[in-house]
Amino acid sequence: MINYIIRRLLLVPLLLFGVTVLIFGMLSFLQPVERLALYMRDFPKNEKAIPALIAKYDLDKPIYVQYWNWLVGKVNNETGAREGGILFGNFGYSRSASQPVVELIQRRFPATLELTIWAVAPVVLVGIWLGVQAAVHHNGFIDQAARIFSIVGTSFPTFVFGLLMLMIFYANLQWFPPGRLSDEFSKIVESAAFHRYTTLITFDALLNGRFDIFLDALRHLVMPILTLSYINWATFLRVTRGSMLETLRMEYVTTARAKGLPERDVIYKHAQPNAMLPVVTLAGFSVVGLLAGAVITETVFNYPGIGSAAVRAATSLDVVAMLGFALFDGFILIVAALVVDILYALVDPRVRLS
Amino acid sequence: MAQTVPSGDNTLLRDAIPVRKIGRVERFLGPENYRIVQGLMKTPASIAGFSLVLFFVLIAIFAPLIVPPVSKDPYSIPRDGFKSDPQPMGTEWKRNEPDKPFWFAITGQEKWTHIFGTSEGQYDIFYGIIWGTRTAFYAGLIVTISTLLLGIVYGSVAAYYGGWVDMIMMRIVDVLSILPGVLAALILAAILTPLIGKSTVPVMVALIAFGWMGYSRFIRADILSVRERDYILAARVVGVQDSRILFQHILPNAIFPTLILASMAIGDVVLSFAGLSFLGVGVEIGYADWGQLLSFARNWITSLNTYWYIIAWPGFFLVLFVMGWNLIGDALRDVLDPRMRGKT
Repeated sequence: MINYIIRRLLLVPLLLFGVTVLIFGMLSFLQPVERLALYMRDFPKNEKAIPALIAKYDLDKPIYVQYWNWLVGKVNNETGAREGGILFGNFGYSRSASQPVVELIQRRFPATLELTIWAVAPVVLVGIWLGVQAAVHHNGFIDQAARIFSIVGTSFPTFVFGLLMLMIFYANLQWFPPGRLSDEFSKIVESAAFHRYTTLITFDALLNGRFDIFLDALRHLVMPILTLSYINWATFLRVTRGSMLETLRMEYVTTARAKGLPERDVIYKHAQPNAMLPVVTLAGFSVVGLLAGAVITETVFNYPGIGSAAVRAATSLDVVAMLGFALFDGFILIVAALVVDILYALVDPRVRLS
Repeated sequence: MAQTVPSGDNTLLRDAIPVRKIGRVERFLGPENYRIVQGLMKTPASIAGFSLVLFFVLIAIFAPLIVPPVSKDPYSIPRDGFKSDPQPMGTEWKRNEPDKPFWFAITGQEKWTHIFGTSEGQYDIFYGIIWGTRTAFYAGLIVTISTLLLGIVYGSVAAYYGGWVDMIMMRIVDVLSILPGVLAALILAAILTPLIGKSTVPVMVALIAFGWMGYSRFIRADILSVRERDYILAARVVGVQDSRILFQHILPNAIFPTLILASMAIGDVVLSFAGLSFLGVGVEIGYADWGQLLSFARNWITSLNTYWYIIAWPGFFLVLFVMGWNLIGDALRDVLDPRMRGKT
């Protein structure tokens, strides 16, 4: 077990290194001048000054020198301050958002975190419940219905589903608006009287005792959550159903039935816990996927998380911001994969004891 | 009392167990693959899937007959003016209308109308859907085939050399799989677009670059298991060259599951492609592509109850297209399920 965790931990720096190389590799598609233009805020109008600047920032040096500079930055000899260097948290300046990338991520990430927190229960629990029901009623009506749902579900693009939701629940019924908060409440939230303890609007509203703001924020979350649930359910259904069917065929389940246990206990106490092993991994990665920003869902509903910020950066060709998001996401995903693997090892005795 | 005396004649046995004729197709495909093909032809889901795909193949092939191209580039959707509001279905087509195709006489109309209405900027939705079918096939097939080839070559090289080479190559695969596919493709496409120019190419390159890792993992695992079989050992003992063993003995026996995985992936590829152009990277505005058509709706979300046709029709065709491939894939998964073996 400890061996396993150590081996798994050793992989982390390797993956981190790999991701930085990958992202820097994408950057090196661009010419030195273009990269200079990306990172200089006051790009010189005078063309003669450009070669000197390229030389100053080592953009004409071999690729590994540039990679190293990109990682740790350069100390400016005159001021003594460090310029650039992603390891020191300097991800550059985002043109599309007119602020440093780190600040942009700080501003946008709470929205994504909030969406993830509220989406976990419907996505994971309902998905698993559907899968178990389909397996228990194998080949019955529920199973067939679930199967049709899963085929239709995987064929329905997120953005088409999202647009249909907007058409029905926003344009027609006016129940659930897009965005994160209504205008009148965003003014209150931004005012000094409203204490931002967690930066998550729903929790802050409760802590401030503003139940109306809480409800309004929740109302804005309904459509993104429904969309995210809907696209994830098909996968959860398939995995849970398959694993559950396999477990129900095992001999210990027959034994449990033979000794006269009620069917409820056989299914939910004996079979389900063992069938959950593959689902644990899936659940872990789905939640992390949400945390990394649901790119399309956030864009369709105009939800101001990091997913929609990444899209905005991409469409306005703001390479610096995009790479910043990629680094941030890569970091989250690597750490999360580590956590999921270790949790899995704790849950599964076959890994725990080997 | 008559007794059946055992004799050298085994007619009795032959009659008891009818000998199955093995056809040419079965001999060519091998018993296992033949069972899969047969299973596919019998499942209603896969029949529905194949019909849907066939329907779209016909649309793609006969696109010039259904709506003749207006400008030199058939993939740019003709515009009827420059008004921003979408026009409803059945509005008369005033400018840039296509020639009248052969089927026009049946409708009994004299002039072209916008059958599915127009989108923002007066792009005809019907034209976009018909010619967009070609874009969908084009992108889906090219990306799937390229990722498949890349994955097979990469995975077999890793499995063939094994040891350190395999270790390093598979860690590279791990690194490439860290970022979520859509985000990685979005970034690469956005970097490549100014370099290559606005077309389908940047998005396709991005999808290929981040789409092949699954195949390489899959084929590698299959090669590793086939490598242990006795006939490979036999080939080694006889002294067959290594490369010949890989290409003539291992790959043909290991490749089939990967090919099936690829056939299931086409729907997903088309979805990602449409998703990226919906987000606004890749093709130029007005290019006949379903994701692009749907992205026009983003500016009209407050009035989608009036302009429902700008999402309903492109969305409907996109869903049907992907569903066709997914139905085939689902049937394949059932047929391939080892627990179903022997129950075609």
